[in-house]
Amino acid sequence: MGSEQPAAIVAVSNIEVVYNHVILVLKGVSLEVPEGGVVALLGANGAGKTTTLKAISHLLRAERGEVTKGTIAFHGEILAEETPNDLVQRGVIQVMEGRHCFEHLTVEENLLTGAYTRRDGAKAIARDLEMVYSYFPRLKERRTSQAGYTSGGEQQMTAIGRALMSRPRLILLDEPSMGLAPQLVEQIFEIVKKINVDEGVSILLAEQNTNVALRYADYGYILENGRVVMDGSAESLRQNEDVKEFYLGMSDKGRKNFRDVRSYRRRKRWLG
Amino acid sequence: MSYLIETILSGLLAGVMYSLVALGFVLIFKASQIFNFAQGVLCLFAALTLASLMLGNTPFSELLHTLGLPNDWMPVVPIWIAVPITILVMIGLAFVIERFVLRYLVNQEPIILFMATIGLAYVLEGMGDLMWGSDVKPLSVGLPEGALDWMFDRFDIYVDKLEIAAAVVATVLVIALSLFSQYTRIGRALRAVADDHQAALSVGISLRTIWIIVWSIAGFVALVAGTMWGAKSGVQFSLSLIALKALPVLILGGFTSIPGAILGGLIIGVGEKLAELYAGPYIGGAIENWFAYVLALAFLLVRPQGLFGERIIERV
Repeated sequence: MGSEQPAAIVAVSNIEVVYNHVILVLKGVSLEVPEGGVVALLGANGAGKTTTLKAISHLLRAERGEVTKGTIAFHGEILAEETPNDLVQRGVIQVMEGRHCFEHLTVEENLLTGAYTRRDGAKAIARDLEMVYSYFPRLKERRTSQAGYTSGGEQQMTAIGRALMSRPRLILLDEPSMGLAPQLVEQIFEIVKKINVDEGVSILLAEQNTNVALRYADYGYILENGRVVMDGSAESLRQNEDVKEFYLGMSDKGRKNFRDVRSYRRRKRWLG
Repeated sequence: MSYLIETILSGLLAGVMYSLVALGFVLIFKASQIFNFAQGVLCLFAALTLASLMLGNTPFSELLHTLGLPNDWMPVVPIWIAVPITILVMIGLAFVIERFVLRYLVNQEPIILFMATIGLAYVLEGMGDLMWGSDVKPLSVGLPEGALDWMFDRFDIYVDKLEIAAAVVATVLVIALSLFSQYTRIGRALRAVADDHQAALSVGISLRTIWIIVWSIAGFVALVAGTMWGAKSGVQFSLSLIALKALPVLILGGFTSIPGAILGGLIIGVGEKLAELYAGPYIGGAIENWFAYVLALAFLLVRPQGLFGERIIERV
């Protein structure tokens, strides 16, 4: 991607992130999400997916993390001092890993907190509530239940719906498949894709479930050890032998035992 | 019999006072997991400010006197101006506390924040002394006082009108607070923050704003509580010690529950009066002073989250 697609809603360029002033987590990550695109951020545990998302949403600072190098531009504009709520107002919202619903609030109240930063009146908010319910009919049935007592899938839906209530332009979706049954994962991705198409919301998706993510995304980045080691269209990544072998768990020779895999250090050089 | 009823009633009404102090604790604890040791001093500070304004005391008069500046220029402020001014002072205080204390301690361990509030308590107490002097001040806000006559005449039971007024005020306050937290945007945000800081941040709720709001509300509650206590026994520095009585109230009612704070206060109020009445003759007096703590200890063993504390939701 890059220069031929100028309308990047967010462009991360070469960022380093340090936690607690000492722990270097990201070592130069660059990526772009085009307007209206679905981009997947793939990689194993601890690769830096969540940190990348938090750097973009500015939630990092609340965890004593800091972007020490590089820039993050939204529509070409670099925002450094903005708080997470400024970013939500600008249409960038994160759905955190592990759902993080407000347990003691009802499902509907959870959704309404998503509209906290909005100033366009109760009517518009009520309309969007119906919109969320049309994407997640299950939530309408559960609207008066305390979120803490709903199922994992319902909580994930609540978390996504809550983000949607802020009228976002970009949703940073962290590990939506976590702890959910495969069928439910499929259903949630289906809805996310629909939201992307119908509402024109761009999506940056961090996932360990490479298989599902690459089926719904347009483009993917593979992160390893705080670096982007490979990127390309979802289609090309799916066809890539290394990805097949190391992330999708298959190869030409059929399924392979992970014990046989020595190491994976073939890195793609990024941006020349 | 009438003596028993009188004891229970006076216990209930004393309990209302405890509840009012405990209420401020609960509000701050819910919104920020901070156990605000300074809540009692907030009550004192609010009452002190209100009483001094109404007496026409000049702030920092001793200091001004030492510096050779005029220190007698404050007029006596009528109550309907003094109350809004005091409320503004408490809101200003909330701003200052957020700006100079809490902001730097975001994400620290609860114990560190707790220590900060201990420091805050002493700073505020000293500030109150410096601003208004340490003498006991009468505070009369026009609440009815004296025995409720028809109760006295008909049932021979002595009930202080002031305590009835305190109960009414507390009830109104609690209802207003629960309506606020249940049905307003800010109220919802407060509950959201209480549930999950991080998630609240992620949906664009500003913790700083919420903290200022919640400390302002706690300041207002402190004003109400301080006024009630002040009207009863004059505004004096021992008021801040009443905050300690709020601790067993909280353990009983649960740190996160407003109804719990109220009921806890009532139970403690009645409990200690009854204990004094019935057990006093056998094990010596002054049970009132420690009964609450023993009750709290018993509760900790049996039901640590308190009567109404939020249970940890576990899905199965």
